[in-house]
Amino acid sequence: MTAEYLDGNALAGPLGEIFAVDVTAATGRCANCGLTGPVASLHVYGPDPGLVARCPGCDEVVLRLVRGPGTAWLDLRGAVSLRLDVPE
Amino acid sequence: MRRRLAWRAARLHEARAETATARTLVLDVPGWPGHLAGQHVDVRLTADDGYTAQRSYSLAKPADGERIELTVETVADGEVSPYLTEVIEPGDQVEIRGPVGGWFVWRPDGKAPVLLVAGGAGIVPLMAMIRARRQAGSRVPFRLIYSLRDQDGRYYADELRKPEPGLDVTYLYTRSAPPGAARPAGRVTLADLAEGGWPADFAPDCYVCGPTGFVEAAADLLLALGHTPERIRTERFGPTGD
Repeated sequence: MTAEYLDGNALAGPLGEIFAVDVTAATGRCANCGLTGPVASLHVYGPDPGLVARCPGCDEVVLRLVRGPGTAWLDLRGAVSLRLDVPE
Repeated sequence: MRRRLAWRAARLHEARAETATARTLVLDVPGWPGHLAGQHVDVRLTADDGYTAQRSYSLAKPADGERIELTVETVADGEVSPYLTEVIEPGDQVEIRGPVGGWFVWRPDGKAPVLLVAGGAGIVPLMAMIRARRQAGSRVPFRLIYSLRDQDGRYYADELRKPEPGLDVTYLYTRSAPPGAARPAGRVTLADLAEGGWPADFAPDCYVCGPTGFVEAAADLLLALGHTPERIRTERFGPTGD
């Protein structure tokens, strides 16, 4: 990938519309290469037509988020898991 | 449990120039819940015809009640930043969503030494950390390495010039160094980070913020110096981050 990208920190606002916890601080695992790290460290391309977050290790798509009028589409097929800190 | 994010109306209280191209905006945001140093907000502008554009900006200092500060650099041909740096006047409203981002943050109860590495406008969230440290009376030692083109580009120059116990500041100029400077102008090097930073043995928390290329280079150099990936937190902004 040669295009300029942002990082997963830029997902905090768009994902904050959907989730009540901060997903960017969660630890994710790439379904392609198994790399584990914070969502904030993903490489993010966009914002149009949607936000595409790629693994910093193998460049595969981990997460996609498309926002339409009154709807958000979230595709997480590139993530095996997300580990979140949950306040007790 | 935190509630999901919603847009809030914010009103410009005042604006002050940081450089020829950057401005700090002081905004009043009714209902502002407070934030951590390093967090950012999304700013949304709506045109008369309903067209909207939004961008993310880092918060520049701890909240003062419902008052927050952002520093915005003008991006040529940007959709949002020229309005914020050249057009908006006190009393005008914008919409704000935040604070967001829970990873690139420094908490005032942190115990580890801190290394801040800024590239250009990447100083903004790192300055928020320096100000949060001061406000909390933290004695955790901070070092700031601030890379930028030349002296005229410095944000917060007067504030960073004042001696502050436990804070060391090193400037790296990439285009033109001041007369008599020992270090010639150039991009950040291993020696710069070794001299201006902390030994990896001290296990400092490293925060790197700037344009994507700068962040990649600086993070790689920190790894080469023996800092562990878990202790290096990065935030990049690119052309879409104006």
